[in-house]
Amino acid sequence: MPKAKVNGTEIAFENGMTVLQVAELAGEEIPRFCYHERLSIAGNCRMCLVEVKPGPPKPQASCALPAADGQEIITNSAMVEKARKGVMEFLLINHPLDCPICDQGGECDLQDQSMGYGRDATRYQENKRAVEEKYMGPLIKTVMTRCIQCTRCVRFITEVAGVPDIGLISRGEDVEITTYLDKAVGSELSANVIDLCPVGALTSKPYAFNARPWELTKTQSVDVMDALGSAIRIDARGPAVLRVLPRLNEDINEEWISDKTRYACDGLSRQRLDRPMIREGGRLRPASWAEAFEAVAAKIKAAPPGRIGLIAGDLQDAESMKAALDLFRGLGVDNIDCRQDGTALGAGPRESWLLNSTIAGLELADAILLVGTNPRLEATVLNARIRKLWLNGRTKVGVIGEAADLTYGYEHLGSGPFALAALANGEGTFGEVLKGASHPAIIIGQGALTRPEGAAVLRAAAAVATTFGMIADGWNGWNVLHTAAARVGGLDMGFLPREGCMDVASMLSPGALDVAFLLGADELDATRTDAFVVYLGTHGDKGAHRADVILPGAAYTEKDGLYVNTEGRVQRAERAVFPKGEAREDWAIIRALSGYLDAPLPYDTLDQLREKLFADHPTFGQIDYAPGALAATLDLTSVGVEGQLSAAPFQNQIKDFYLTNPIARASVTMAQCAGLAAGAKMAAE
Amino acid sequence: MVGILQDKDRIFTNLYGLHDWRLEGARARGIWNATADMIAQGPDWLCDQVKASGLRGRGGAGFATGLKWTFMPKQESERPHYLVVNADESEPGTCKDREILRFEPHRLIEGCLVACRAMRAHDCFIYIRGEYVRERENLEVAIAEANEARLIGKDNIHGWDCDIRVTHGGGAYICGDEMALLESLEGKKGQPRLKPPFPAGSGVYGCPTTVNNVESIAVVPEILRRGADWFAGFGRPKNTGTKLMSASGHVNRPCVVEEAMSIPMRQLIDEHFGGVRGGWGNLKAVIPGGASVRLIPAHEAEEALMEFDDLAARKSGLGTAAMIVMDNSCDVVAAIARLSYFYKHESCGQCTPCREGTGWMWRIMERMVTGEAEPKEIDMLLDVASQVEGHTICGLGDAAAWPIQGLFRHFRPEIEQRIANYRSRRANVPGATLIAAE
Repeated sequence: MPKAKVNGTEIAFENGMTVLQVAELAGEEIPRFCYHERLSIAGNCRMCLVEVKPGPPKPQASCALPAADGQEIITNSAMVEKARKGVMEFLLINHPLDCPICDQGGECDLQDQSMGYGRDATRYQENKRAVEEKYMGPLIKTVMTRCIQCTRCVRFITEVAGVPDIGLISRGEDVEITTYLDKAVGSELSANVIDLCPVGALTSKPYAFNARPWELTKTQSVDVMDALGSAIRIDARGPAVLRVLPRLNEDINEEWISDKTRYACDGLSRQRLDRPMIREGGRLRPASWAEAFEAVAAKIKAAPPGRIGLIAGDLQDAESMKAALDLFRGLGVDNIDCRQDGTALGAGPRESWLLNSTIAGLELADAILLVGTNPRLEATVLNARIRKLWLNGRTKVGVIGEAADLTYGYEHLGSGPFALAALANGEGTFGEVLKGASHPAIIIGQGALTRPEGAAVLRAAAAVATTFGMIADGWNGWNVLHTAAARVGGLDMGFLPREGCMDVASMLSPGALDVAFLLGADELDATRTDAFVVYLGTHGDKGAHRADVILPGAAYTEKDGLYVNTEGRVQRAERAVFPKGEAREDWAIIRALSGYLDAPLPYDTLDQLREKLFADHPTFGQIDYAPGALAATLDLTSVGVEGQLSAAPFQNQIKDFYLTNPIARASVTMAQCAGLAAGAKMAAE
Repeated sequence: MVGILQDKDRIFTNLYGLHDWRLEGARARGIWNATADMIAQGPDWLCDQVKASGLRGRGGAGFATGLKWTFMPKQESERPHYLVVNADESEPGTCKDREILRFEPHRLIEGCLVACRAMRAHDCFIYIRGEYVRERENLEVAIAEANEARLIGKDNIHGWDCDIRVTHGGGAYICGDEMALLESLEGKKGQPRLKPPFPAGSGVYGCPTTVNNVESIAVVPEILRRGADWFAGFGRPKNTGTKLMSASGHVNRPCVVEEAMSIPMRQLIDEHFGGVRGGWGNLKAVIPGGASVRLIPAHEAEEALMEFDDLAARKSGLGTAAMIVMDNSCDVVAAIARLSYFYKHESCGQCTPCREGTGWMWRIMERMVTGEAEPKEIDMLLDVASQVEGHTICGLGDAAAWPIQGLFRHFRPEIEQRIANYRSRRANVPGATLIAAE
C-alpha cells in the first residue's frame, strides 16, 4: 500500500484515495463545504485547502487531489491557516449573519467552521449582497442570501435524484441557485437537499421556526412509509414529532430518505384516534377502554370462529401482529390475512417473497429486470441506487409494466405478463443482456402480483429467473419488492389464512363474517362487509370510518416495534413519543382484550412477547440481518402456480406517492405535495 | 533599421493584411511548403524539434510547447486524441491572435495539421472568441479551401487525417482558461475544471487533449521549415524565438509587430510604436502583457527586456506581450480599478475566493481612486488580494490580484497621498469614511 505523511506522521492508504481522505485517515480534520462523499467532487468552496509536497508552492484543494505515494500533506502550517481564514472570510462577507433567526442555527456547518477557522471580526465594510428567494415547492424553504454556492444541492438533484430541476445561473458574484422557472422540485427525494445544504439557504418549510435542534429529543428508529425500512432519526419535542431525518445505513438508504418519510410526520398529530369509541345508532361515541373491550368480547364470543376474520394493516409492527395471531388462532379463527392488496405471495419458502439480492447487494447486478413495479414511487431510495448503477454504465435495466419516468434509461419490454413469457422464451434483445450478465436480477413489484392470476405471473417470473440463471453460487437475483412495511413480517409469521379459509377479499364480501377485526388495516374497502367491525389503529381513516368499535393504537413513532423490510431484514423501531391521549401500544391492547375473552395471552411485557415471537419464528431474532444471497437454496420451481396469464397490462400499485397510508393521508404537507404532483401530471398530459 | 528582427526572419509576413490571405497568397508566402516532409518525420522528431527551438506557449503562461506535446499518450487507444486551439483571445489590450486569424489563417491551419501529427490526433477544434466574427469567417473560408485542396481532412495529400472544426465562444473571458474552454467546447457552462486530471490525460470528452494558443501553433511549421536553431537564435536562452508584440494606450503608433524575444522594452516602444506620447520622460507605467500581470513603473521599463524571465524577475510577466502603456496623464489607480471591475465582471462564480474576493477588491479600489478610504485599508486590500491569489481553481483569481499588487508595489505613496488629501478636506473623526459613504 502507498504511504503518505500527514503532518509528519506516516500513514498507509489505498490507491485512489484523495488527500482529504488520507488526512482524515490520519485523524486530521479538514473543514469543507462543497465536498460530500456521495456527490461528485466540485472543489469550489476552497475550504479544504492543504499544503502538499511535492507540488506547486500554493495550497491545494484536498478534496479533489489524488493522494500519491510519498506525498507530504500538511494541514497545520501557516499557509493552510491563512488559506482557511481567507476562504472563511470570503464566505462570510456576503452571508447575512442572521443566525438568530435562521433555522439552521445549531446545526450549521458555516457556524461551526467559522468558530473553528474564522477570524474574530469582520473587515468588510461594503454593502452585502442580497439574493431573491426562490420557489422550490412546499418542502424546501429558501433564504438564498445565505447561500454560499457550494452546489451540493445542484449535484444531488442532478446526480442522485436524476431530475435537472435545480441549477446555478449567472456568474461571478451574481451566481444564484435556482429552480429556473420557479417550479417545484419534481423529485421524491427533493428534501434531502435540506440536509445537504451546509448553511441555512435551504431549510425545511414545514418545520420553519418550529424548534432549535438542542430542544429536541432524538430517537433512532426505522421508517415504515415503504418496505425498505430506511434508517431515520425522529426529533420530538414533548409529545410532538417535529421532524424526521435520515440516518446513515449503507445497507439500505445510504443517507437519503424520501420526502414522504421525512414529511408525513405532521400527519402524526392530525386525525388521531385518541380514545376508544363505540358506534351507537350509527354514530361513534367516546367510551372507556372497559366498555370497548366488553363490546368487542361480547361480539367475538357470540360468533363462531369460522365467521370471525382478522386483517393486519401495512404499518403494523411484528409484535402486535404476533399477539393478534396468537389470540385469534387460540380462538380457533383461521380467517387471517395480512395481504390487504391480495398479493399472491406467502405460499412458497420464505426466500420467494424477499428481496434476496439485498439492497446493497444489488450493486453487483449488471442487468436488472423490473416487473410490474415503479421503484421511484414504491422504494424511492432503492431507485436512487439503481440510478447510481445505471449512471456507472455497468448496469442495464429492462422494464415490463408501465413505462414510467424512473430517472434512468431502460428498455421497455412490454406491459403485461405475456412480455414475461416471451422473455423466458428468449425473444427480444434484453434476453441477450440478461444472458450475458454475470449477476442478473429480477425485481417483481406488487403491480404484477396483486392480480387475479398473480400466482401464475409469479410462476412466469420464476421461469424467467430460471432461464437466465438468476440464482447461482453466491448470487440470488430473485427479488420481490414490497410496498408495505408490515408485509414481510406478516408473511414470515404466517399471518395468512389456513388452507380453504378466507383471504381479505372473501372476508370483506357481504355476509362472510360476523366479526371483522382490522389491525390497522386501512387500504381496503371495509364498506362492503356487514360484519361487526373492530378497528385497532391510529388514524380516522378508511378502517375507522366503517368501525363499530375503535381501539386507539400507537403509531410507529409511539411504540417499540420490530419491522421486517423487503430484504427480510428485521429492524427495531424505537418509541420517540407516547401514544396520543388514551391510546395504548397495540400489543398491550390485544393482550388486554385477550383477558376479556378469557383466553389470556402468555406474556405481560413486550420482552416476553418478543421471546415468544423469537421462539416461534426464529428469523425475527436476527436483528439487522438480511439473509441475502447466502440463502441461495431457493427452488424456483416451487414459486407461484402454473396458470393462465391474462393480457391485461401490469398496473403499478402506487398511484399517488404522497398518500399511501393513513399517516400520509392525514398530513397537510403530503396533501400539498400530492396536489402539486397531480397538477404536474395533468400539465404533462 | 527598426527593432532587432530583420524582415527576412519574420514568420508572419502578412500580419497587416497587405497581401492575399487566401490559399493562393498563402502558398506564395511559403505556407504549405514541404508540409508533407514534416508530417513524414513522425511525432518524436516533431516534438524534439519544437523542444529544441525553445518555443514557449504564447498564450501568456510560457510553458514549453514541445514538452507539453510529449505529455500526450505515446500510443493511440480507443480514446481519440484532440488538439484544441485556444483562439478565445479576450485579454484586455491584446489583439495579436486576431491578426493571425484574419490574415494568416493558413499558417494556423498548417500548424494544426503538424501539431495533430505530433500528438497523434486526428481531430482539432479551434475555439474562437465569439466577438471575432470576421476573423471566424476568414478562418472558415481558409479551412474550406484547405479541405478543398485536400491539404487537411480525410485522405489528404499529407498522409495524416486531420479534421479541423471551428467553434465559437459566447463572450466570456473565463473561457480562455483552458479548462473552462474545454467545458464550453463540450457545450457546458464555462467554468474551469479542476486539475488534476490534466487535459493530456482527460480533456475534451474525457480524452487526451492538448490546448495551445493560436500563435504557438501557427509558428510551428515555419520553425520546422527553417530549423529549430534558427528560431532558437533569437532572444536570450530559455526565451527564444520571435513573438508578436503590441502596444495600446499612450504610444504614438499602437500596433502589432513581430519582434525577437528579449528586445528591450524601451527599444520596442520607441522604434515600433513611435515612442511614448510626449516622450519617454512622460511615461508612468507599463503593464507588459495584457492586463493580468503586475505593472512596472517607468524606471523599470527603461531596463526591462520583453521576455518571460526578465519580467518575472521584476515581479511582472510577459503574458501575451501586449503592452498597456500609461503616461503621466493617466490616473493609474483608476486604470487598475477598471481592471478590477473587469475581473469582478468576468469571474465565473464557481469558487469562493474569486467570486467574493474580486468584488470586494473592486469596491475597495473604487474608493482608493477617490481616496475615500482608511490608510489601513491598503494593507487590508493587499491581504485580501493575497487571500485570493493562489487559492482559486483557475488563474483568474491570480490575474485579479496581480494588477492590484503591482499598483501598490510601485505607487503606494501616491495612493496614501490621495487618502490624506481626501481626509484633510473632512473632519478627522473615527468613521469619517462611513459617514461620507452615506
